[in-house]
Amino acid sequence: MTLAPAITDLEQLKNHPAVARLLGWNTEAVTGVKFDRDEMTIYVDRAHIREACVVLKDDPACPFNFLSDVTCVDWYPAEPRFEVVYHLLSIPEKERIRLKVRLNSGSPAVESITSVWPGANYFEREVFDLFGVRFTGHPYLRRILMPEDWEGHPLRKDYPVEGYR
Amino acid sequence: MAHLNPTPVLEPGQDRTMILNMGPQHPSTHGVLRVLLEIDGETVVRMMPDIGFLHTGIEKTCEAKFYQQVVPLTDRIDYLCPMTNNLCYVLAVEKLLGLEIPPKAQWLRVLLNELTRINSHLVWLGTHAMDIGALTVFLYCFREREEILKIFEMVSGQRMMTSYFRVGGIALEPPLGFFDRVRDFAGYFPERIDQYENLLTGNPIWAMRTKGVARMTPEDAIALGATGPTLRGSGVDIDLRRDMPYSSYEKFQFKVPVSQEGDVFARYMCRVQELRESTSIVRQALDGMPEGATKADAPGIVLPDREKMKTQMESLIYHFKIITEGFAVPAGEVYQAVESPRGEMGYYIVSDGTAKPYRVHMRSACFANLQTLPKMCEGRLLADVVAAIGSIDIVLGEIDR
Repeated sequence: MTLAPAITDLEQLKNHPAVARLLGWNTEAVTGVKFDRDEMTIYVDRAHIREACVVLKDDPACPFNFLSDVTCVDWYPAEPRFEVVYHLLSIPEKERIRLKVRLNSGSPAVESITSVWPGANYFEREVFDLFGVRFTGHPYLRRILMPEDWEGHPLRKDYPVEGYR
Repeated sequence: MAHLNPTPVLEPGQDRTMILNMGPQHPSTHGVLRVLLEIDGETVVRMMPDIGFLHTGIEKTCEAKFYQQVVPLTDRIDYLCPMTNNLCYVLAVEKLLGLEIPPKAQWLRVLLNELTRINSHLVWLGTHAMDIGALTVFLYCFREREEILKIFEMVSGQRMMTSYFRVGGIALEPPLGFFDRVRDFAGYFPERIDQYENLLTGNPIWAMRTKGVARMTPEDAIALGATGPTLRGSGVDIDLRRDMPYSSYEKFQFKVPVSQEGDVFARYMCRVQELRESTSIVRQALDGMPEGATKADAPGIVLPDREKMKTQMESLIYHFKIITEGFAVPAGEVYQAVESPRGEMGYYIVSDGTAKPYRVHMRSACFANLQTLPKMCEGRLLADVVAAIGSIDIVLGEIDR
């Protein structure tokens, strides 16, 4: 049972193909990296997430052409409160990568990536439904799992497990 | 979910079209899927799946449970392949912990996983064929499924909600006679697949209802996030068992069936061939089953054997502590994906260093596969909607969670 410590130093990880690709495109887009348990995480600036996805998708060497998952983590009461998490997969190279966008608690919103992968549609609706994070440019941003008239966002940490009484 | 909303989700276009509501109690929607269809005569103009009727908040519930208490919840997500969900969850937690699993436990997990795949595909084949009108297949499929459920009952005490895998290994050694029974099953099952194929594959009515129906191009399938046989039926050759192996899958020889046509028949062929490949993996697992322990050597995480717990003080203390306090997992996050019968089943677990997961997210294959449905059905006949729904093999428990 030995876990190697996580690497968070951008200098050490700048040769990772996905990091290099993003840095070569726009150094401001990458706000941090983490390599932990053989998994690569790149923190992307909120304003650049859609373009970053396009850049990674069109990478000729290792195209991350498949969107596995979009979800969110609520770090209440810390700020920035929300982390929207994207899991990308490269079908030709069998590589995975995780992108993260950090959002503050005041009306959290991030650009939708449905124009890059139409499959992001349901995932973003789910995050909107359960966390209340808005995705700008989403074609049909409505509740998907909870009833339309539901109040609150159940997966937020300040939402009680037993619901409001 | 729009069932409480009085306003219709689809606005009727011109007066040519009408809105047809299908489900959520329609038998061929495999549970509680509701589909809103805008139809022009017999042609589907627009389609909108409506989900959420089975939402039980499992992800929220997980946050209030110890790591080991989440295992039974994972069965209930996808009730047709409980072992796959168990496996994916325990693999994710083991990755968080950095835990090494003994080979025998890994091989047993593979063995049971492939039986689960056969079980799930049998339910799919039976119900899919029944939806289209071939009633007999259902009876044959459930005959074999019964045997698998009995095997599950033998190892875990449960027919469907097995909860057999544990963080660090498996719950119990398989009982006496288990391997013989599985070998018996693996011996006669290929013949039974021939029987199903005799009923369907060359059947002209089956071909008319499935060939060329609900086509999807590989580009669309990738863009919409389809995985598993839904993706492989469109000619994209990816299988996580082979390409990103977990739990010793790299030690097994198997082919990944791929069809190029992208229609209902292609997806049918993929799954039927997977039945044969799974049987071969089961046989390989039986032949090469390693000896040794079935639980990792991690006293603070793995429950001690019953015998030791009753006779040794330390084991009793560990047992008490694990049950009452759980075990702390080092802070971090992992995404672990496995190839479930329906596609990529992924668990994203975030730990904050305590004994309860901070966040558990289930990436369900059906949730993404369901998005391909409008692409398959729009512009096609209404009767083909049923064939298309059957062909993506949805389980609503997994979609709604």
